[in-house]
Amino acid sequence: MSRMNMIQAINSALDTMMDRDPDVLVFGEDVGYFGGVFRCTAGLQEKYGPTRCFDTPIAEGGIVATAIGMAAYGLRPVAEIQFADYIYPAFDQIVSEAARMRYRSSGEFTSPMVIRSPCGGGIFGGQTHSQSPEGLFTHVAGLKTVMPSNPYDAKGLLIASIEDDDPVLFFEPKRIYNGPFDGHHDRPVQPWTKHAKGEVPDEYYRIELGKAEVTRAGNDLTILTYGTMVHVAECAVEETGVDAEVIDLRTLLPIDVEAIENSVKKTGRCVIVHEATKTSGFGAELMALVQERCFYHLEAPIERVTGWDTPYPHAFEWEYFPGPARVQKAIRKVLEIEGVA
Amino acid sequence: MKAKPLSLHIPEPKARPGDTPDFSDLEIPSAGTVSRPAVDTSAKAMHDYAYDLVRVLDDDGNAVGDWDPKLDPDILRQGLRAMMLTRAYDDRMYRVQRQGKTSFYLKCTGEEAIACSQAIALQDRDMMFPSYRQQGLLIARGWSLVDMMNQVYSNTKDRLKGRQLPIMYSSKECGFFTISGNLGTQFCQAVGWAMASAYKGDTAIAASWVGDGTTAEADFHSGMTFASVYQAPVILNVVNNQWAISSYQGFAGGEQTTFASRAVGYGLPGLRVDGNDFLAVYAVTKWAEERARNNLGPTLIEHFTYRADAHSTSDDPSAYRPKEESERWPLGDPIERLKDHLIGLGQWSEEQHDELAKELKEQVKQAGKEAEANGTLGQGPQLSAKYMFEDVYKEMPWHLREQRQELGV
Repeated sequence: MSRMNMIQAINSALDTMMDRDPDVLVFGEDVGYFGGVFRCTAGLQEKYGPTRCFDTPIAEGGIVATAIGMAAYGLRPVAEIQFADYIYPAFDQIVSEAARMRYRSSGEFTSPMVIRSPCGGGIFGGQTHSQSPEGLFTHVAGLKTVMPSNPYDAKGLLIASIEDDDPVLFFEPKRIYNGPFDGHHDRPVQPWTKHAKGEVPDEYYRIELGKAEVTRAGNDLTILTYGTMVHVAECAVEETGVDAEVIDLRTLLPIDVEAIENSVKKTGRCVIVHEATKTSGFGAELMALVQERCFYHLEAPIERVTGWDTPYPHAFEWEYFPGPARVQKAIRKVLEIEGVA
Repeated sequence: MKAKPLSLHIPEPKARPGDTPDFSDLEIPSAGTVSRPAVDTSAKAMHDYAYDLVRVLDDDGNAVGDWDPKLDPDILRQGLRAMMLTRAYDDRMYRVQRQGKTSFYLKCTGEEAIACSQAIALQDRDMMFPSYRQQGLLIARGWSLVDMMNQVYSNTKDRLKGRQLPIMYSSKECGFFTISGNLGTQFCQAVGWAMASAYKGDTAIAASWVGDGTTAEADFHSGMTFASVYQAPVILNVVNNQWAISSYQGFAGGEQTTFASRAVGYGLPGLRVDGNDFLAVYAVTKWAEERARNNLGPTLIEHFTYRADAHSTSDDPSAYRPKEESERWPLGDPIERLKDHLIGLGQWSEEQHDELAKELKEQVKQAGKEAEANGTLGQGPQLSAKYMFEDVYKEMPWHLREQRQELGV
């Protein structure tokens, strides 16, 4: 067991899997010698050699296509797309190729591969280093989409993703690489070393895909969230003093509908929080699921707290970012209907 | 001083419907004039090959020059048979589409030499990443026609379970990668496969095919970049059949340069070959194969050919090119050319040729009967719609299980 931040935990997952399986290859822009712009692959080339961890041309479509070819051969490639904002040149390869390989060949060819990509805002990255495009991928049949919210989960989920026989999009909220940012941008962020989820086993372990985690048990309402917003939601709950249940979805597809259903049926109220834009975002899918499955248990309309439907703006970062104040407002709204808060 | 107004250039083919086809401006060197470099020649020393045209069969059907692969007559007859079978298969499948037995078909008429000779030149364990016009690869490798037809009909024996558009075959066993339909996506995937083979210390190489139009796709250039950067053991083929549906190759840049010359900028050897010359295609492919197999890196081959028929059953080329253009194609018909060569060698005759044509037609007919007994699209025995929900993931997630139950299959 070691104290790790999320970067170290991801590095440890890659290291663990490269050590266990010579078919695991890690590559991407600046990933090899330098160890990645966020240092997630630091030391791997030195340890495993340049044919196992290497730099690539700046061609995201080519990176993913290469990974698909390698996976078809029988390897388990882990490709890094440097920023989720840069994933679009690879969209066709992900959506039309990796996602459908098993289906269109009836299982003759498959794409067991992971695409890791830092996502999300809060770092003054402007519109090209801040996006949360997970909803574009949860819409695609054949893909799995994962987003961890802490170092412990990041390692366990990444290992499970590498071992998965289907293609996995693994989005890493970069704002929480170094600590559980709670949305209060004017306060210092606690490092992961002071957080329970910063305790990470050095050895191999898995967190199964498709399983959510209740990070805070409660009875008055359910907050469905993932990634950075888990910490923002928890903070909002603390500050409001309500007895909310916070569910960290961890895997967006396949979604843990049982965890959602159990919780919302218990609390009767639901707030959905994500950083991505609102319209046709993953929150819309969550709302539909809750409505379809829990309608007669609902005591208030479901609320969504999301990024605004604009490109990610540089100077208005904190007006854009759905921070604790907006989450609190939503919490009060779903509870006030019965006059609880 | 007043500047002269600019004007925009839009490429235009030399002949449109009603015009007389004119190929007089094509520079076609005589067969045998291009030398054959050693397989370890540096890419830098090979620039001229990207603008030349390797030809082995001359106008009289003789094999001439350095590139003559001096194939055993048995191999030549095997190649001729594969090309003729491909054409017979295409003819029947085109007709059954017209009869309403399937939704779509796509022939490779005039381009048979490329896939058929390359399938023979490659080894069994090599992985081929084709576009949709390389059915000759499967046929030359002896893959079952019935199996191919089952796919075209989406019938009960379709190994792809009715999920793919007709002709989007897949056969891992035959070394034939699942066809996408999105243009050029397979090019860089082949490079990835080749890189994996090299990483594992395997001996298998990869090959991929795109058309002239597809060279405009980013995926073509990604494939070229990755192949060059990692010196992957791969053969990258551009089948320049002059037409991308109705867009002539000028819209992919062919007006300004050759497609083989794309290799020059990537530091790869680029070879341009008469795509209707079975022997030339075989020889150039063997050269590239030997180079890749010996870890000397990738090669780009431009096969200069002509799409003698429509793009597909959904296309009518008389709307955009002269009807007689295909007959005027100066590089002839690949089947006729190999036939003439074999006859010239004293290894074949008109009678044998007619006999074989009849035999193959019958073979295709019998295969057709067998396949149609398994059903055709919407007629006869049909696949269960439950297959729609399988293989989306290795294990079916709850939401697909629910949807399958909702459909009641």
